[in-house]
Amino acid sequence: MAAVAIGEQADVVARRRTLRQRWYRTSAFVAGLAIIVGMIAATLAAPLITSYDPNAQDLLHNYAHPSGAHWLGTDHVGRDVFTRLVYAGRVDLLIGFFAVFFPFCLGLVLGSLAGYFGGIVDTIVMRLVDIVVAFPFLVLVIALVFVLGPGERSIVTAITLVGWVSYARIVRGEVLVQKRQEYVLAARVAGFSSSRIMLRHLLPNVITQAIVFAMSDIVLSILAIVTLGYLGLGVPDPTAEWGSMIANGESLLTTQWQIATFPGIAIVIVGLGLSLLGDGLADLLTPE
Amino acid sequence: MPILSVRDLRVEIPTPGGIVHAVDGVSFDLHAGRSLGLVGESGCGKSMTLRAIPGLLPHPGRIAGGTVEFAGTDLTATSEAGLRKLRGSGIAMIFQEPMTALNPVMRVGDQIAEGPRLHLGRSKAEAKERALDLMGEVGIADRARRFRAFPHELSGGMRQRVMIAIALSSEPRVILCDEPTTALDVTIQDQILKLLRRLSQSHGTSIVFVTHDLAVVAQTCEDVAVMYAGQIVESGPVRDIFREPRHPYTLALLRSVPDVERVRHDLSSIPGRPPELSALPVGCRFAPRCTLARDDCLEGDVALVTDLVGRAVACLHADECAADARRDPAVVA
Repeated sequence: MAAVAIGEQADVVARRRTLRQRWYRTSAFVAGLAIIVGMIAATLAAPLITSYDPNAQDLLHNYAHPSGAHWLGTDHVGRDVFTRLVYAGRVDLLIGFFAVFFPFCLGLVLGSLAGYFGGIVDTIVMRLVDIVVAFPFLVLVIALVFVLGPGERSIVTAITLVGWVSYARIVRGEVLVQKRQEYVLAARVAGFSSSRIMLRHLLPNVITQAIVFAMSDIVLSILAIVTLGYLGLGVPDPTAEWGSMIANGESLLTTQWQIATFPGIAIVIVGLGLSLLGDGLADLLTPE
Repeated sequence: MPILSVRDLRVEIPTPGGIVHAVDGVSFDLHAGRSLGLVGESGCGKSMTLRAIPGLLPHPGRIAGGTVEFAGTDLTATSEAGLRKLRGSGIAMIFQEPMTALNPVMRVGDQIAEGPRLHLGRSKAEAKERALDLMGEVGIADRARRFRAFPHELSGGMRQRVMIAIALSSEPRVILCDEPTTALDVTIQDQILKLLRRLSQSHGTSIVFVTHDLAVVAQTCEDVAVMYAGQIVESGPVRDIFREPRHPYTLALLRSVPDVERVRHDLSSIPGRPPELSALPVGCRFAPRCTLARDDCLEGDVALVTDLVGRAVACLHADECAADARRDPAVVA
């Protein structure tokens, strides 16, 4: 038993070392990183890539077909589709990041508290988790956004309120295992406070699994954001957003197929990049 | 005045099968600068006694009675916040398995420096300085590099040296050791024991040493208390007790230790098993396994009686046992 525990402990650090030394040899990780970094760079450099304003209307040249001037044509009010595609990436990736960051933090805090203190704290947190888990993810998010009203802030709030449960479960489980390790007892014998033990001693030992999960979760979040946009519950017009672009272009698929198709392709590429990144991270951080 | 004084300590563990009396009326004194060995078989309550001192019993164990006085304060009546102040700075602990007792993802230097920063109010640079000093003191060479090492990069002996450095880091007055050398091989064990002894003497630190290894007690401790089924059955200076045990259990333990210098043909094991701590027999708890047991042993509890030279024994036939020990000494004097 003890020997197994020692092996696992050694693995944690060995894995961290692996991450530092071998990340560039893990093809999935490198490919995912390249795609995501490329996407982020492109959206940040949007003003350099295109000279149009994403919201500038040009009613005389609406429904333009792809050309040298408008690479992907224009939409029903003459806005440049390519420009909107690039600027929409900013919105979707940024909301996607926050829609994972906040659930991650909330889940980490509540999961740690539940796992470390147990008893009534654990009961309250885990019953909350049960309530949230009882509903399908998207149904609950849509209901919450409906109540909170459309907009970036409500989307992030809704996804945070629903998404934290996965992180809380993962972290709680890890804390339950780690808090029985002798180094936690040693830290208590050394007179360290509970908050210090949780933050400095337990957290670095439990966070790995949550990070790996976050990478796959961000794909789900972006899909949820896009779905909300498609359903008209997302970011309000005129802000460009992939989901609403697909919704707007959908009725024109037979004549102006590129309006709805390219945002779809962008979503697929982001999803692919994040999945590769998540797979690569999982390979690097967990034992074979 | 003793630095640590345990009186009539009782530890209970509620289980589905009833309450287990893991520690049942244990008393001992630890004087400044001295070291006391607590010996006994697995499950005799020695580790529970140790964990009860800083108030860190494993769940659901609880202190059911008695007092633990440290430097004049009763720890059993001290709040968690008060205990936290004493832990590390007043009482430190060294564990059996230095791999699991060190944080696997923290550099060992930072782990040594953490206590001084918190308890001695040192700055980051001062704490690092102190950590490096301590690493030198516990015999870790190439300190600057080892400071940045992770526990898995060090050998078992080296890790236990780090544990000792951590224990010493906040200048405690008492160090509780829970089988600190059991996981190490014999040559390393010897180095670690000598180191502990030397450091406790130079720092004036008192040590409580829990072990099942009598040889370790002989090498490290001045006093010894032998525990059986949650109680101390014999205590006193190591020299006297090893030469002439007055409790049959102590004698049996000594006779079951292999001796390299004198090939013992009659290396004996103790027949039977210790009693269930939730269903204790009436009378002397060792009587069912004792070769000297008579009817009177089963009649009532046998009290621990202290004699004039600082030895204590809980046996009605102690003289007989001592005579047996003189006839066939278990330890070569």
